[in-house]
Amino acid sequence: MPVTVKTFQALSEVASALSSDRAARYLGGGTLVMRDLNEGDVSMTTVVRATDRSLQTIDGSGARVRIGAGVTFARVLAERDLGFLHPAARSIGGPAVRNMGTVGGNLFAPAPFGDFTVALLALDGLVAVQGGFGLRDMPLEEFLQSRDRQAGALVVAVSCIRPASADAFRYRKISRIKPKGGSVITLAAHVPQSGGRVSGARIALGSMAPTAIRAKGVERALEGRPLDASTINAAAAAASEGTAPTDNALASAWYRREVVGVHLRRLLSGQES
Amino acid sequence: MTKTPLQFRHNGREVALFVDGGTNLLVVLREMLGDVTPKFGCGQGGCGACTVLIDGEAHLSCLTLAETVEGRAVETLDGIKTGPNLHPLQQAFAEGFAAQCGYCTPGMLMAAKALLDRIPQPSREQVVEAISGNICRCTGYEPIINAVLAAAASRRASA
Amino acid sequence: MLELRKDIFADERDDNLNEVGKGTQRQDMLGHVTGTSTYFNDHKLQGMLHLRVVRSAQPHARLRRIDTSEAERSEGVRRIIRGSDVPRNLNTLLSLINFGKDDEPTLAVDKVRYRGEPIVAVVAETPRAAAEAAAKVRIDYEDLPAVFDVEEALKPGAPTVNETYPKNTFIYHERYDHQKLRFGDVERGLAQADHVLEQRYQMSPIEHAPVETNGSIAAPDTNGRYVVYTSTQALFFSLDTCAKILDLPSNTFHFIGGTVGGGFGGKVDTLTEPLAILAAMLTGRPVRYVLGREEEMQFGPPRGAERIYIKDGVMRDGRIVARQIRGYFDSGAYTRLSSYAVVKCAAHLPGPYTIPNVHGDIYCVFTNRTPATAMRGFGITGIDFALECQMDKLAHLIGMDPMEFRILNAYRDGDMKAHRREAKNTALIECVQVAAEKAKWPMREEFRRMSSRKDGGGARAAVPSTPRETAATRPAPAQQRTSYDRGLSSPPLEPPPPPPQSPAPSSSHGATRFSSVFGTRRR
Repeated sequence: MPVTVKTFQALSEVASALSSDRAARYLGGGTLVMRDLNEGDVSMTTVVRATDRSLQTIDGSGARVRIGAGVTFARVLAERDLGFLHPAARSIGGPAVRNMGTVGGNLFAPAPFGDFTVALLALDGLVAVQGGFGLRDMPLEEFLQSRDRQAGALVVAVSCIRPASADAFRYRKISRIKPKGGSVITLAAHVPQSGGRVSGARIALGSMAPTAIRAKGVERALEGRPLDASTINAAAAAASEGTAPTDNALASAWYRREVVGVHLRRLLSGQES
Repeated sequence: MTKTPLQFRHNGREVALFVDGGTNLLVVLREMLGDVTPKFGCGQGGCGACTVLIDGEAHLSCLTLAETVEGRAVETLDGIKTGPNLHPLQQAFAEGFAAQCGYCTPGMLMAAKALLDRIPQPSREQVVEAISGNICRCTGYEPIINAVLAAAASRRASA
Repeated sequence: MLELRKDIFADERDDNLNEVGKGTQRQDMLGHVTGTSTYFNDHKLQGMLHLRVVRSAQPHARLRRIDTSEAERSEGVRRIIRGSDVPRNLNTLLSLINFGKDDEPTLAVDKVRYRGEPIVAVVAETPRAAAEAAAKVRIDYEDLPAVFDVEEALKPGAPTVNETYPKNTFIYHERYDHQKLRFGDVERGLAQADHVLEQRYQMSPIEHAPVETNGSIAAPDTNGRYVVYTSTQALFFSLDTCAKILDLPSNTFHFIGGTVGGGFGGKVDTLTEPLAILAAMLTGRPVRYVLGREEEMQFGPPRGAERIYIKDGVMRDGRIVARQIRGYFDSGAYTRLSSYAVVKCAAHLPGPYTIPNVHGDIYCVFTNRTPATAMRGFGITGIDFALECQMDKLAHLIGMDPMEFRILNAYRDGDMKAHRREAKNTALIECVQVAAEKAKWPMREEFRRMSSRKDGGGARAAVPSTPRETAATRPAPAQQRTSYDRGLSSPPLEPPPPPPQSPAPSSSHGATRFSSVFGTRRR
């Protein structure tokens, strides 16, 4: 059966088109869906598009930064207000991929992709999902845990907090090809400090499991402690806790587990990668 | 089979055709319009051989659903010469041995053109970034980077 | 920057070079920068069909049943091709030069031997229709134990990968399961050495990953011929291979190629042309068969993996007195060109050094991995990596500068190589000296003054006495020889090359010649 493309204006129509057809997929920037079509994925017979302008909006005025799911990485990079997300946006693809790939699509990108999501996860990300019963916000962590079942969901926007200070948020993508390549490990750390102690640490890792995950052992090791050498050592020692990396052409699971602590230590202590 | 009408500007020329659902822009350009300058390399956004400019921005035509370019301007390597005269980038690539097998060249040139259109005098670092999504397997990045810089310099000299 | 060092070997050439050292424009450059160079896939033919291959999902399995009935009824399908449709469904690439036995089907029939092996080809009106039909082909596998490691594959009881070679090794000269090199007495050399260093080296398969994937377009032409646009790097080699597989005279085909979007050795295996032509023959329509990127990575042949053991004896003064090498080339499931890679490797031993006792055993091993093929210096690159790592380790072991260590052991003109050929125009010493100079690497004056043209020959030109081995050779079935060109009756076969004997007596050194395929022959 040839592919049918359906284009809707209203988000509710998009959501019902997706939920009513198991062989339908939502087209954001095209970097995932078109790739599958090009490889001959016949499980997809309907491609659904949305033209609603709200998917393209960026709202940085509130306590949380809200980014429409259809916003490309190039637009994130053009937005001075979103400077704290620029390292993550810049680490994705080349310019053409950044002109196409969207913030919403990144949530669905399988390892070793999906780097932007790692940054959002460390910044208490929320996902706005349009379902049959309207719009609801869902914690990004929960969304990722059930990602396989979210294929029929329409992501409308993502939101995240602004880092407590410029220094409190750190992002790093480890890749073998310079300047660009798939992720060996992606790390994002939000480590706000108050009174010289870490308070509310959130650490996220990419390519250490099928989706981006929080490193809760690391968060525990940091919480309530000064960000000194011994705390960082304890955090690095806990880095591989709860991870489930896989082998791929970029690195083996063993290698990822071995080096995740090394890169986390460097990130937290401000060393070059 | 339902076909979708599609109209856009291809290298300054208005074109109109009907496409099958799911057709990508690369297929439209190569197989329907006969412009074979963009190349198929991977179909998954990894190589950059199919890079074209859409409204002046670099895009991967193999990952672009054809109907999303409705009403927009698509530029390929086929459109960058001025009459019989090579574009400064083409001239610089030829003079600087920045092509070996030639297969990545159209994508490289379009990625470079997107850069120079936006930043006429880029730094070396900006050039590297601009072609970072384009793979050359004949080991030619250095001559390519140098050629882009040379093209920028030749424009400065002639400006 | 290009620099011509005319001071070195100035007396060995006329200094009237017209091209070397000067820039010359490539003749294809204008086409490249304007995008008008024509690659195989830039041809669009009226009524072109699209071919997609159903590939093995298993590394090693018996094919119990292949059910294409649903696929045949799928919309837009024009033809399903199975192994029984291929006129001569068994080939080996180097059969064109009568080297090796036919061991590889175009489409698997009874068994699959690597993941990605072609089983069925679907020919349809659109790529999408071909993909949909391919998804409807049902294959019933009976999994067999698989082997992925060269040394595991050689153990007794290992699963047989390819029944043409039941012991999982290519067979040379109808009886030898590996290539041997014997020069001097390596055991005695090792016993006399001040230090012995044994190390293991290995490398993974390397994919060429050309930006243009492998592919071809075949179309019925006038006069019953077929025109074939192809990405091949080896146009007439591919043409002759198709003639054999399709059992037609080679003048049935008009191959057009030459502009290749990167090959590096990965486009010599004639992966797509036989099926594209067969599909054009069976449908009467032009047919395109182009690999997707994932297919290129999974099914496109890589440079094969290698594992190499080197055991060296070295004296405190830096002389290497013995070198023993065991190498295993991972050919994957079929021979392709790995048999030849092994010969090249054996020919390269012991590296560009004069060593009085050399012992080499190199094996071409079959495993359930993607068949390996040519790639830039294949057969040589891996062993050179191993040898030069070993040279650094040896230099470190005896506390000698690694550059000086190489110069000390380098071939001099007039030396006897382990293959019993006199070393000529060796020049390694000068290369090391220039490299050291460019790298500002400090080197003692005496090493700066050494020359490849001094101090060679004499005692270094002698062939040492080499113990004769009594090992029983394994009998192997007679080498299959093929003649596919109908224009000729069976050509007279060359007499089989003599097996590598114990070395020629020292008085006859230089009297044999080394053929890279057939081995050592008397002149």
